Amino acid sequence: MDRTLLDFWVGVFVAIGLAALFTLALKVSNADSFDQGKTYTVKASFNNIGGLKVRSPIKSAGVVVGRVSDIRFDNQTFEAVVDFRLSDKYQFPKDTSASIMTSGLLGEQYVALDAGGDSHNLKNGDTIRITQSAVVLENLISQFLYNKAADSPSQGNAGNAPNSGNAPAAGVKP
Amino acid sequence: MNIKDGSIDSSIDDSIDGFIGSAKLLTCEIVYMRSICHLLVMPLECGRFLLLIINSVSTENLVDIRRVSFSYRNRSVLREISMQVPRGKVVAIMGGSGCGKTTLLRLIGGQLHANAGEVLVGGQNVAQLDNTALYRLRRKMGMLFQFGALFTDLTVFENVAFQMREHTDLSEQMIHDMVLMKLHAVGLRGAQQLMPYELSGGMARRAALARAIALDPMLMMYDEPFTGLDPISMGVIGNLIRRLNDALGLTSILVTHDIEESLKIVDYVYFVSNGRIEAEGTPDEIRVSQQAFVHQFVHAEEDGPVPFHYPAPDYAQDLGITDMRQAGVGQA
Amino acid sequence: MKPGNPFVRMGHATLEGISRLGTATRFLLQILWRSGTSWRRFHLIVREIYSSGVLSLIIIVVSGLFVGMVLGLQGYQTLRTYGSAESLGVLVALSLVRELGPVVAALLFASRAGSAITAEVGLMKTTEQLQAMEMMAVDPMARIIAPRFWGGVISMPLLAAIFSMTGIYGGYMIGVRLLGVDDGAFWSQMQSAVDLRDDVVNGIIKSVVFGFVITLIALFEGYDAVPTAEGISRATTRTVVTSSLAILALDFVLTAFMFKGA
Repeated sequence: MDRTLLDFWVGVFVAIGLAALFTLALKVSNADSFDQGKTYTVKASFNNIGGLKVRSPIKSAGVVVGRVSDIRFDNQTFEAVVDFRLSDKYQFPKDTSASIMTSGLLGEQYVALDAGGDSHNLKNGDTIRITQSAVVLENLISQFLYNKAADSPSQGNAGNAPNSGNAPAAGVKP
Repeated sequence: MNIKDGSIDSSIDDSIDGFIGSAKLLTCEIVYMRSICHLLVMPLECGRFLLLIINSVSTENLVDIRRVSFSYRNRSVLREISMQVPRGKVVAIMGGSGCGKTTLLRLIGGQLHANAGEVLVGGQNVAQLDNTALYRLRRKMGMLFQFGALFTDLTVFENVAFQMREHTDLSEQMIHDMVLMKLHAVGLRGAQQLMPYELSGGMARRAALARAIALDPMLMMYDEPFTGLDPISMGVIGNLIRRLNDALGLTSILVTHDIEESLKIVDYVYFVSNGRIEAEGTPDEIRVSQQAFVHQFVHAEEDGPVPFHYPAPDYAQDLGITDMRQAGVGQA
Repeated sequence: MKPGNPFVRMGHATLEGISRLGTATRFLLQILWRSGTSWRRFHLIVREIYSSGVLSLIIIVVSGLFVGMVLGLQGYQTLRTYGSAESLGVLVALSLVRELGPVVAALLFASRAGSAITAEVGLMKTTEQLQAMEMMAVDPMARIIAPRFWGGVISMPLLAAIFSMTGIYGGYMIGVRLLGVDDGAFWSQMQSAVDLRDDVVNGIIKSVVFGFVITLIALFEGYDAVPTAEGISRATTRTVVTSSLAILALDFVLTAFMFKGA
């Protein structure tokens, strides 16, 4: 085989191999190489983001309109600051609310946007004021148990219930 | 037939003459170029060259084998063999199959080491050379293997060019010219772009010959060059061996069992059997020799000093006939 | 003592095995010792990358695609039961990058390139090409063996990476395009779950080790083959069997070392 042709194919092979290696490496580095088109960024603060991750989807009415681009911890307010990168195609009013939801019981967490009624739209760098934090399962369960115990202290054998975190022990005792 | 022979001969003559002429010219060029390239290494090279000349003057025999013994594991192949190959001669080593002829070539090439005795090539003891020196010595040897041993992934041209590319920094143009000269000398200039599997046995042998003489060795070794060839190819190879030897000033060792073809072209013959030299002499002496072994070999007799049967216990006993007969006698 | 005695046979086999292992180690040291030539004349290695790497590309890509697609289907069926089909990306990527990529690519490499190397070297030995080369003052170790060795060692990790990538793409095709897992969740969960050092780099290390071992076995079997047609066929079979076993055994050992702390 001709030397040049051979070199060419080996070159192609090595290039593909290196490209595969780089792609494998970049999958991890969270480099935003998959988003295309123009975007604008807004931010929102949450008390608790639960299992939200960078690149988690942002949905409005169930449609994906953007992705989480950054998650920071604000040391002044002790809150999580989340950057949303939204597509230019979708515009939202200023008083839009953001809440962190879970798809399914154990599924992926995402941000849901509920459009408000303001005449001005969100611009790049704006902050979403109304936010609702992620629901933490443990809190939910203990809340549920607490309510249950408070509602009917005489019913059920509460001694069997798991004695979790903030479940007030006094209320459970008969 | 004679005319045909003559024409073949003359065409080979022509090609070899032309080959030598251009070879000399090219050699000058090469020496010139190399001397420019390696000006710094010159004194060293000169010294080595001088040493070589001294060596060649001081030893009349290019190859000198002195009381060499060799055994594979426990099987003794050679027993205290001594032989001499004088410069410029063609010497044949003959004997039946499996008598250690090829082993002798390997000993000379340094691929095997003798258990006892010494093998001297150009005055150097092959077994005592380190790797570098051995490889330097091998550059001056050419070997034609039994079936050519051409590199199957390279064309005929690249096969012949192989050593030039490995051992020299010659320009592509010069390699091209030299390869064509070598191929022309063996009559395969037209087959330069063929792959080895496209060649007939005889052609492959000739291509391998061109490859073996690529760097103008001083010693050529032929391992069974006539095996499996038709009479024409045999004649061609035989003539090439003799003519290349004389024209290029080589020394040749021929390992073969083809007595007729080799007696035509060699200067001296050694007969090897059972690891010993049974007979030696010039072709004329061999032809008239009355020694039983030589007679058997030359006249291709079935049985003689070389027995037809491999050593075995008594035939009847092996078949169990004696037992049966005894049993029969017992019954009767 | 009869030679048929099981203890005699076992002892013989053990000694034989140890002596072969020793010869192979010496063989490896010789390769490493004489690799200088092939690195100086890099086109020798390039040629071998072509025959062991480029020529294995198609089988690697096709198998990778199918393995990824199967992973996508199977993973989806299982994960859907737990309502976490979005984790499909994690499942596909982790299994490919950590295990299937290096191991399956290595198995394919052993049967495609390893057997070819053994047959080629064995045939070169049988037809006296190696001896002819030696007589031409060219070291077959440096000219034939070492370039093939490095060609294999270089090709293997690249092939494994290509296998993993095409596999992930195959899983993506099935999971996202066909079964409707969310595109972003597929990639984002994969990204957050796959670690560069623990998974990707370890996978690459594995494939380098496999390339090293497969090529060494293939070359040694070829170089050590009995110079007959039958000898070569046996050597080729041994290459595939030995290297496949070596891959699986080494995979276990390497995995045990790498993920011990994790």
